[in-house]
Amino acid sequence: MAMTMHCDIASTEARIFSGRIESLVCTGSLGDMGILPGHAPLLSALSPGPVRLVTQDGQEQIFYVSGGYVEVQPGGVNILADTAIRADDMDEVAAEQAKRDVEEAIANRNAEFEYSRAATQLAEAAAQIRTIQQLRKKLGQ
Amino acid sequence: MAVGKEIRNQIKSIKNTQKITSAMEMVAASKMRKAQDAMQLGKPYATNIRNVVSHIANANPEYKHEYMQERPAKRVGFIVVSSDRGLCGGLNINLFKATINAMKSWHEQGAGADICSIGAKAASFFNNYGGNVVASVRNIGEKPTVADVIGAVKVMIDAYNTQKIDRLFLVSNEFVNTMTQKPTVQQLLPLLPSDEKDLKHHWDYIYEPAPKELLDGLLTRYIESLVYQGVVENNACEQAARMIAMKNATDNAGDIIHELQLVYNKARQAAITQELSEIVSGAAAV
Repeated sequence: MAMTMHCDIASTEARIFSGRIESLVCTGSLGDMGILPGHAPLLSALSPGPVRLVTQDGQEQIFYVSGGYVEVQPGGVNILADTAIRADDMDEVAAEQAKRDVEEAIANRNAEFEYSRAATQLAEAAAQIRTIQQLRKKLGQ
Repeated sequence: MAVGKEIRNQIKSIKNTQKITSAMEMVAASKMRKAQDAMQLGKPYATNIRNVVSHIANANPEYKHEYMQERPAKRVGFIVVSSDRGLCGGLNINLFKATINAMKSWHEQGAGADICSIGAKAASFFNNYGGNVVASVRNIGEKPTVADVIGAVKVMIDAYNTQKIDRLFLVSNEFVNTMTQKPTVQQLLPLLPSDEKDLKHHWDYIYEPAPKELLDGLLTRYIESLVYQGVVENNACEQAARMIAMKNATDNAGDIIHELQLVYNKARQAAITQELSEIVSGAAAV
């Protein structure tokens, strides 16, 4: 049997996932990282993006987190997400629309335009789309 | 018959009050269930982040964050979580008493207090009582979100960072069960390390990005989550306390109605007896 570790994904409003997994890939603030059982203790910020994990029984699951923190101990992963949703529940049309809106806002910015907020929104929308594309790839296989 | 009209009116008005209080009791009961669910939903995050932070406190980082260093207390800060509405028994008053006791004991040690009030009741109480209120949030409603508390928490954390306050406490009600809510004063800053035995050996995290940046964000998040959890829990407490208070009010109204009914019956009986004796004595006189 493959090695497994414990994984918890929780956002402030709800617990999203809890169980044993074989591996996990998440979007750290310095790039994607893969985590396997026995990883050295690690603490990292998360950028908006997908969290992909393989559960104990070999199933792949994809979640979307809008940012947060990940703590890794040799025996487990602990994801503290700002908001987390199952990728299945996400709406691609809405994400595309949000991305277009923000891009438009950046293109014709006016006086009270807040660049940093728009950039965050754009990053979130792009990350949601990336998550949905991964999900689609998985389902296509 | 004109006998006891006032008493009848009184009974009627108390019956109306009883209807209102029993409706409020039922509303509070259903809201309490929802508030309890919300409290349960937020628990995993709060537990997890508490674990992570206590791991950090137990690790041996080369960088010691200022939130983990204790400094002499010259001034302390309190975040007081109260309800927005009244009619919930002694819930808020007990909480304020606990706050004032804590403030007093710090005052004796020569430390003044700044207050951040969450909820309308705390704001009005400390305005009257004369505390130094530096921030206040009200009308959070029954579905609090983290965004609601971030602003107020930021004021206090900034005050801590600029050394205006040297301790930060959270005062909120703990939901023990439906009948019991316990006011608690919990220290937020500086962080107290937990004493988990199995993590005492020499180790440290790999930090991504640099420790300072990362811990700044994470610890702020931690405090926000504790305050948010406090608000959610206080909401459950409020509904439970209101349910009990309204149940008592309904019961009391029932007792009063019962007593008034007795008085009314007696008065009516006396009037009938008197009329009869008047008739009888009138007939005897003829």
